[in-house]
Amino acid sequence: MDINFLRGIGTVLFMISFFWITWWAYSKKQQSSFDDAANLPFADEPHINTPNKKGNGDTES
Amino acid sequence: MSNSDLTAPQYNFTVVKQFTVMTVVWGIVGMLVGVIIAAQLAWPALNFDLPWLTYSRLRPLHTNIVIFAFGGSALFATSLYVVQRTCQTTLFAPKLAKFVFWGWQLVIIAAAITLPLGFTTTKEYAELEWPIDILIEIVWISYAIVFFGTIMTRQTSHIYVANWFYGAFILCITILHTVNSMEVPVSLWKSYSVYSGATDAMIQWWYGHNAVGFFLTAGFLGMMYYFIPKRAERPVYSYRLSIVHFWSLISLYMWAGPHHLHYTALPDWTQSLGMAFSLILLAPSWGGMINGIMTLSGAWEKLRDDPVIRFMVVALSFYGMSTFEGPMMAIKTVNALSHYTDWTVGHVHSGALGWVAMISIGATYCLIPWLWNTKEMYSLKLVNIHFWLATIGTVLYIASMWVAGITQGLMWRAINDDGTLTYTFVEALKATYPYYVIRWVGGLLFLSGMFFMAFNTWKTIRGASQTSTDAAAQPA
Repeated sequence: MDINFLRGIGTVLFMISFFWITWWAYSKKQQSSFDDAANLPFADEPHINTPNKKGNGDTES
Repeated sequence: MSNSDLTAPQYNFTVVKQFTVMTVVWGIVGMLVGVIIAAQLAWPALNFDLPWLTYSRLRPLHTNIVIFAFGGSALFATSLYVVQRTCQTTLFAPKLAKFVFWGWQLVIIAAAITLPLGFTTTKEYAELEWPIDILIEIVWISYAIVFFGTIMTRQTSHIYVANWFYGAFILCITILHTVNSMEVPVSLWKSYSVYSGATDAMIQWWYGHNAVGFFLTAGFLGMMYYFIPKRAERPVYSYRLSIVHFWSLISLYMWAGPHHLHYTALPDWTQSLGMAFSLILLAPSWGGMINGIMTLSGAWEKLRDDPVIRFMVVALSFYGMSTFEGPMMAIKTVNALSHYTDWTVGHVHSGALGWVAMISIGATYCLIPWLWNTKEMYSLKLVNIHFWLATIGTVLYIASMWVAGITQGLMWRAINDDGTLTYTFVEALKATYPYYVIRWVGGLLFLSGMFFMAFNTWKTIRGASQTSTDAAAQPA
């Protein structure tokens, strides 16, 4: 087993982790928690009218 | 949101205010030095035959002040503001934050003294000598403690995406500065890098490119993710995209440095690796840009009505432009034409003026009224004038440098049938002359906009302090 085999494995692992992050970020389970997070810039202003809950790109069709 | 009925927490904005004012001050100083050296390139006699005023000494002064003093102050101000408000808690270790402000000013003043005197490590964007490097290290780690301490004491469950970008910027700069500043002092103001040869060059451009990637990109993306949604009064277009944007951007940037060393002694495979990663980098860069611009979707009229939003969205457009241009220039065959020409200088300023400066200016125009409790800046008309001066200045700058750079590249590589060079170097320089004058005009326009900003800022803050004095003088 030479060093290039390990390098290949490294590349594959990084690819898997990229796909995993993307899958995780776009899974339905995270929707409401991300909506909360996206509204954090407005969360400490109780008097200001709260903007629409979701970012335009995150609206479920 | 569970804690929306919470009363606003006590925030500590003293350091934020100080850095905000210094953003404007250092912006003017740094850009003024830039305009002076641009004039020197067009009219060389302007160095007055004084060693302290030569291009070679003032150029690193210009880059250090605009990047670390102007850009740095904007990053310190906004990050320490955003982290408090999105974590709904006060600043961690306020005394240390105070030290960060004064320590950083000391770094800048030390740079402004030592660089014209000729003390330099000769490493681009890391010219400062070892005593200042140590001071930077101490101040930077203090900053990291204040920032991450605030995140650790947060009252919210989430860490907002802007803080992820700011956090990556702080962490990465610590690593980059530490590794690239490894040097052996031989006297108080002279040191030598511990690395040698091609390794030294690679370490330097690993540092250099990630200074672009993390200081000049990740930090300002953090700014974008807070100030655009806040000013547009709507959440970011896609929070999910912001997560994919974050992880892909930070993991790719680290590998792109070798494109600064195409066709040098750096091993060929390393050059190709750098080129490949630079090309892939287009995807997260544009993902982030689209996420920022699309935040305005459904509220495009703000782009027409609000010059502050326009500053930030045009900044994103320049960001998109320069992150397309960058990967293209990283392609080895393109680089064979563009390398060492003024095209590179134009590319850098498309990012530096168009993206970094304009997003900072936009964020500062948001921040000043919020910090000094006024409804808006003293004059939005002046903001609008500033916007047009900045935009036209940037366009003049980059367009003239494109033409100059491509002209130089083509003239340098032109070869006669017998293999001799068609043009001497001086002929290419002569052809560049008119573009140097146009570039100077562009820089002058950009700088003049900053004076409008200074006046506007002064009037806003003065007006705010007068109103508060009036209010205090009026007992009920």
